[in-house]
Amino acid sequence: MASLRILYFAWVRERIGQDEEVVERPAAGATIASLLDTLGAADEAHAAAFAERSRLRAALDQRFVPLDTEIGEASELAIFPPVTGG
Amino acid sequence: MPAVLSVRVSTEDFDPGAELAALEALPSGAVASFTGLVRNDGGLEALHLDHYPGMTQRQIEEIVAQAAARWPLLGVTVIHRHGTMKVGDRIVFVGTVSSHRVAALEACAFLIDWLKVSAPFWKQELRRDGSRGWVEAQGADDARAEKWR
Repeated sequence: MASLRILYFAWVRERIGQDEEVVERPAAGATIASLLDTLGAADEAHAAAFAERSRLRAALDQRFVPLDTEIGEASELAIFPPVTGG
Repeated sequence: MPAVLSVRVSTEDFDPGAELAALEALPSGAVASFTGLVRNDGGLEALHLDHYPGMTQRQIEEIVAQAAARWPLLGVTVIHRHGTMKVGDRIVFVGTVSSHRVAALEACAFLIDWLKVSAPFWKQELRRDGSRGWVEAQGADDARAEKWR
């Protein structure tokens, strides 16, 4: 099975307790949001990190995308809060 | 893209005077710049900036490309630091070069407004009492960036 690398930043990383993880790429048609549901159901740290969806943003293969985007053939997903640079 | 482009993402400090001198050496008529510093908000000791290394450089270059499509830019420098910076330290520099002031000034404002809302950096406040907290994104920043649409 193909794998999907997931990177976490800022407080999402702190709540999950790791910088990144590798998961099996979900079946065709799965969205970022549905993957977060699956990961959140598995343990409390993920559930806590993903609880407030309105405070989460995502990038798929290093492009900003909405959470309802299909993961498709992407190999890298990042989950993080709204950016605060500048 | 502008003829001369420099985008640097680094933990290192920079010298705005040297950056401006390099931009002034280009054949142009106007140089505008912005330098962002760690503000002395009550109780703040330092800021720590996290970023998405694989994405940051290209994302900044895309923002510059948008600016270059709107204004006739001869040169652009964007420097954005990550890591830990104390109150008063420099965080970010944007310099723009054009033949006329309006293009240089507007492109500079556009670039810093869009860096704030679409470059993958996250600020964490380290306070003098030992506590820390992630800075929340400001709706006002989104509104400022949207005004350029």
